[in-house]
Amino acid sequence: MSDGNGTDHGDAGGADHGDPGGTGHGEGNDGVDHGEAVSGTIYDQARWTDDGVYEPLLAEKDLTEVRIGGADDGDSGDGSGADGDSEGDSPLPSALTRESLELPGLAEPSVARHYVRLSEMNYGVESGPFPLGSCTMKYNPKFTEESAARPAAAVHPDRSDRSVQGVLAVMHALQDYLGRIGGMDAVTLQPPAGAAGEFTGISIARAYHEDNGEERTEVVVPDSAHGTNFATAAMAGFDVVELPSGEDGRIDTEALAAAVGEQTAALMLTNPNTLGLFERDIERIADIVHDAGGLLYYDGANLNALLGRARPGDMGFDVMHYNVHKTFATPHGGGGPGAGPVGVTAELAPYLPRPHVREAGGGYELSDPESSIGKVHGFAGNWLVLLKAYAYIARLGDAGLRDASAKAVLNANYLASRIDYEVPHGPFHHEFVASAGDQDAADVAKRMLDYGVHPPTTKWPETVSEALMTEPTEVENRETLDDLAAAFNAVAGEDAATVERAPSRTAARRIDQVGAARDPRLAWQDLGDLDTHP
Amino acid sequence: MNFDVPEDLRYLDTHEWVRVTDGTARIGISDFAQDELGDVVFVDLPEEGEQLAAGDDFGVVESIKAVSDIYTPVSGTVSAVNDAVEGEPELLNDDPYGDGWLVEVELADESELDALLSPDEYADQTA
Repeated sequence: MSDGNGTDHGDAGGADHGDPGGTGHGEGNDGVDHGEAVSGTIYDQARWTDDGVYEPLLAEKDLTEVRIGGADDGDSGDGSGADGDSEGDSPLPSALTRESLELPGLAEPSVARHYVRLSEMNYGVESGPFPLGSCTMKYNPKFTEESAARPAAAVHPDRSDRSVQGVLAVMHALQDYLGRIGGMDAVTLQPPAGAAGEFTGISIARAYHEDNGEERTEVVVPDSAHGTNFATAAMAGFDVVELPSGEDGRIDTEALAAAVGEQTAALMLTNPNTLGLFERDIERIADIVHDAGGLLYYDGANLNALLGRARPGDMGFDVMHYNVHKTFATPHGGGGPGAGPVGVTAELAPYLPRPHVREAGGGYELSDPESSIGKVHGFAGNWLVLLKAYAYIARLGDAGLRDASAKAVLNANYLASRIDYEVPHGPFHHEFVASAGDQDAADVAKRMLDYGVHPPTTKWPETVSEALMTEPTEVENRETLDDLAAAFNAVAGEDAATVERAPSRTAARRIDQVGAARDPRLAWQDLGDLDTHP
Repeated sequence: MNFDVPEDLRYLDTHEWVRVTDGTARIGISDFAQDELGDVVFVDLPEEGEQLAAGDDFGVVESIKAVSDIYTPVSGTVSAVNDAVEGEPELLNDDPYGDGWLVEVELADESELDALLSPDEYADQTA
């Protein structure tokens, strides 16, 4: 759909070969009436194909045989083969060596065009709005990338503390910023992702209880929680107790009181929750959990709604993680590198991972907290990601962060008020969940692609039927929000036949999900025979 | 929409059916269930010899829309497993009461059948 994979042979093979548009641009048969459906935006994504195959791989465009260590190859002037110009010199058995290999030998313009074509067949937040709910797909400002690209930022992690005082100063300042934003007393920057932060936080909770001589076996998670919460609790060795939401989409405090007890290690909670609703009873919730001896864990996924206005620490939370790729505009890593810092109260600070940055002797040093749970990642975490988060926070400042959360909330409420789909609950914080009603939410999402926008998160949370979970973030202006609303509303008015064969204006057309699931090809070697498909 | 609800079967409210022949119960999912799930892409079934108690989940059916546990309406020992559906999960969509059956169980207690839904009761539930 919109990721890099949409351009490779896997999807070409998975595409519906019955697509009446074939490899053309689908004029006249795609059901989009550009004249009236969307005022303003007209969208056709670039679609480079060659015999039905998307932009071929470089290795498919050209393979040129290159001799290894061959003195007879007049072109090799780079000196790299200087030590081994005879195969006999190799310490490897001859069965493991080869005399030549084939590599793409394309000239620079061909390579440049290849990558530009791939980028044209992609869709990202720099193409248009990206309202994927709970993902906070905000634009990643370029100055943060520039900060991380500075030569001074490239330091080896094994260098002595004394020689990297600037790096440690930034890390210490980021710990301080995050602590103040979340209302936490101490922060670790080491976890490499949000889910890793969750695991770190719950591991800290477990260590704390164990130190107190308590064996607590359960973690309570609301049914609307992010799937990672359930996984985190299970990975950390706890039994997961699922808490049903109340009718208003919030925590039912009576159900919570009944669910907690001396076996409760923690309640994991997102606030505002997945429906974009603030848990108004948060102080009562905190009392219930604390009275049972449990800890309150804050999932920072929705922190963007609260920036500069409310702090989890003030609500009674004991541990939290920060999703810097959501709230603080670092790239969504898609597997990394990322960062998921964790904040804790003073009582839990001794359990933080090691090493931890602290002030010492007028400078900074790495130290080991006394009851540390150990390491959760190499060195002090993914420094260059942390630097981008630091740059973002420093540039926005207190006023900018307050403005970001205000606009994120305003944008969500404005968009919710402009769309024809039913939107239960509300008013909202940073996101809302609409219902596609009689339509299939996944088909609605695919059809929205034809209008040049990224669709919302679909079919989740399950508490709203055919959910369209939408988070425009603060970066969209009113004109873009109106375009988004127009895309929602155009699809809301379309018949099932049109929606079910979408998308038809994107590089990758309707994907054959059934075929892909029944006959998965999970390695590129398995894709070879796809070339024979039309 | 009218779904097929054969008269000679008993049903669970979680959309499994059971057909008893000479003390052996054959179990599958209903026409309504396969329609709700959409295209089934993966089926995970127990091993022969496994002991099941009525109400246990004994396997998983995965479609492009959802992953669902499947429950046994009756207690007993798994005596046969329909291996064909593991390679051709579409059998559950094409023939849920025939080639798309899932497992057979040696019935431990025939009286359990009395607690199951009749075809009429089940049809009412899915109407």
